[in-house]
Amino acid sequence: MSEFLLEMRGVCKSFPGVKALDHAQLQLRPGSVHALMGENGAGKSTLMKCMFGIYKMDEGEIRMDGERVEIRDPLDALQKGIAMVHQELQPIPERTIGENIFLGRYPMKKALGFIPIVDHKKMYEDAAALLKRVRMDFDPRQRLGDLSVSQMQSVEIAKAVSANCRVLILDEPTSSLTDNEVEALFRIMDDLKRDGVAIVYISHKMDEILRIADDVTIMRDGQYIGTWPARELTTDQIITRMVGREMSNLYPPRSNTPGEVVFEVEDFTSIHPRSFRNVSFQLRKGEILGVGGLVGAQRTELMEGLFGIRAHSKGTIRYKGQELKIHRPKHAIDQGVAMLTEDRRSTGIMGVLSVADNISISSLRKYLDFGVMINSRKVEDLVRENVRKMNIKTPSSKTQIKSLSGGNQQKVLIGRWLANDPDVLILDEPTRGIDVGAKYEIYCIIADLAAQGKSIIMISSEMSELIGMSDRVMVMCDGRVTGFVDGAGATQEAIMSLATQFE
Amino acid sequence: MQTKKKSPVQAVLNYMKSNPIVVLLVLAAAIVGFTRENFFSWGNLGNLVSNTAIRFIIALGVSGCLITKGTDLSAGRQVGLAGCVAGILIQRGSYGSRLFPGLPEMNMWVVLLIVVAMGAFFGIVNGTIVTRLHVPPFIATLGTQTIVYGICLVLTDAQPIGGFQDVYIRRITGRIGNPKGFYIPYLFFVALFFGLLFWFIYNKTRHGKYMYAIGGNENAAEVSGVNTAWTLTKIYMLAGIMYAVAGYLLAAKSGGASAGMGQGYELEAIAGCTIGGVSTTGGIGTVSGVLVGVLVFELLKIVLQFLGVNPYYNFIVQGLVIVIAVALDIRKYIAKK
Repeated sequence: MSEFLLEMRGVCKSFPGVKALDHAQLQLRPGSVHALMGENGAGKSTLMKCMFGIYKMDEGEIRMDGERVEIRDPLDALQKGIAMVHQELQPIPERTIGENIFLGRYPMKKALGFIPIVDHKKMYEDAAALLKRVRMDFDPRQRLGDLSVSQMQSVEIAKAVSANCRVLILDEPTSSLTDNEVEALFRIMDDLKRDGVAIVYISHKMDEILRIADDVTIMRDGQYIGTWPARELTTDQIITRMVGREMSNLYPPRSNTPGEVVFEVEDFTSIHPRSFRNVSFQLRKGEILGVGGLVGAQRTELMEGLFGIRAHSKGTIRYKGQELKIHRPKHAIDQGVAMLTEDRRSTGIMGVLSVADNISISSLRKYLDFGVMINSRKVEDLVRENVRKMNIKTPSSKTQIKSLSGGNQQKVLIGRWLANDPDVLILDEPTRGIDVGAKYEIYCIIADLAAQGKSIIMISSEMSELIGMSDRVMVMCDGRVTGFVDGAGATQEAIMSLATQFE
Repeated sequence: MQTKKKSPVQAVLNYMKSNPIVVLLVLAAAIVGFTRENFFSWGNLGNLVSNTAIRFIIALGVSGCLITKGTDLSAGRQVGLAGCVAGILIQRGSYGSRLFPGLPEMNMWVVLLIVVAMGAFFGIVNGTIVTRLHVPPFIATLGTQTIVYGICLVLTDAQPIGGFQDVYIRRITGRIGNPKGFYIPYLFFVALFFGLLFWFIYNKTRHGKYMYAIGGNENAAEVSGVNTAWTLTKIYMLAGIMYAVAGYLLAAKSGGASAGMGQGYELEAIAGCTIGGVSTTGGIGTVSGVLVGVLVFELLKIVLQFLGVNPYYNFIVQGLVIVIAVALDIRKYIAKK
């Protein structure tokens, strides 16, 4: 008998162009909370998806109670006692709480002795009992969609508990919860611990980790760094091990000098009351303006509003004193504004199309002969120039972009925007999901663009990136701009205190 | 960065590997051809070409909708309406049972223009429903399919239309060469013209690039500055024009028109596109692929006919081929997960 309830060893998993897990491991003791930590893209969620059977491991093994097990799919994982509450919830809001809890495994009975039908009475009784166990006093017949996000999360946990789980994976469960709700979650976790459940807890919030976790495993770039008892660790030690390199040479030296104010936003307000409101800021020529804030601070929404992806109800945008009217991305592009969006997959790349098509799509009018015919030689020139300048690794210009690595895809998208020679470039999380090496290259490109006199707005959730790359940092909280911090003297604390100025 | 040169043999092998349906059907045709008499005859070839030409024009129209992850179920009925309207307008002045005796005898090219304008109109209606009212293309075109059929019934009062001007039939069903030996139907040149036109649009114009971009990722296309609503509307409009042209040609080829004309053609066109490699997951498809798909599908019909299969079974076989073609196409994508 092993001392561990569940062990993962030597887990490798590759996606096209990226090695997401490189001999990762994890060992869970029964009745403990195990924090899994690492930067964005370190492979935490991938490892959990391997455990839960969503991804198939390329290499490696999983042992439960010392015995090797094969987990084929999520259903198989549930039957073996592994449950997962996802980062993004996947509930069916139109159905009742009870139906959501028992989705896919409804209790059945026989009508007239032979027709199998769903036993609603038993389902709702069981659901009520489960809800009680997670300290929630809801009518299981209530529509799930009527609950708040945190309450839905508790329902998800109830669902996990109902599977008689022995291992519970919580992937960033508190990112959208209030303090009270977090306390409630911790009480549930304590109960489960007492019942011998091993909980994997993924979070970026240090204070939570140090409070609730028994063990901490740290990952970096898909690799296992180590496991330590939580009480022996400090926040600084965790960060050092997560980042794993000296902060000083993470970012290239910058030679840009911010000039006169060129881009001005005044009283910019969303049509939605809880989104960005009364935002005013100025951007100088050749300046990199970082934008910091917590998840949900509406930074992306604000930038998408400026770029015309989202609607605004009032406010003005000016470039060199001239007011810009922007109601859809095309207007922004025509007036010299470009935006690299946050989610490369959903609003960036066109996966099945070639690198050449992807890079040229927003500047096609430049390559026309006789006003109608696209001159493919000019497009090829564009590709070649970008490949050379940004060191894009692609077999050919006709390669489908989806087969490139994340970093190279990102460079192609930057190339797409630069082809229009924009004055203002908005970058939303430009290095998310990109390997460390490619990150540095992208920082160099950004620094270079600023030095050429482009004005850059960069949203980033990585504190060190924000401080390391920005001339100034604009901080948002709950839809409002709460302050500016000078890049040179910026500290994590100064930004965090502005980012948490809730009204 | 360099492109690898593949040997022609390699290219053919690769093509065969990724288009098993095409290979199978061509093989079947070859076997039937060598075992049955008259299969390889000039007459049969001419028929195949004429049939394929009209189907190809319809498939070209629908291909844009498919590449952008949409569809157009109104294609067949639009062909039918165009055929009937063309038929009504082209009836001889001397013909006894003219549907609208008050109409003047019209020039065939004027009729073509009228029919094309009508096709463009219904295409814009489809495009507008899809892009402005945000009705999924499947439902939107299912609705217009029924509407168009209704209009057709009202116009024709469900009566067959005949008595066309001779010049109309002659010009369209004419052929170059020896009618008893080798000949090329005029329809071949019409199809060739539209094939080249679409190749140009798809590969050399902004509209074509925008179309593939929308199919590849509509959100990304919009963010990149593509006016997706307008591009989609143009795609449906172009499709409507192609159905109108096809209907105009089909009425001449059949020598008559009725409200039932064109029924089910949308499914054949979609099947042809899919067999020819237009991906139902969007962003992929070529004019040459559409041609191969339509040709192979027509070949299948002739093969079944030569095998003496009861025509009622044809539908079953054709349906199976459609499902298999899509299943094989989808497999390419799920295998990679």
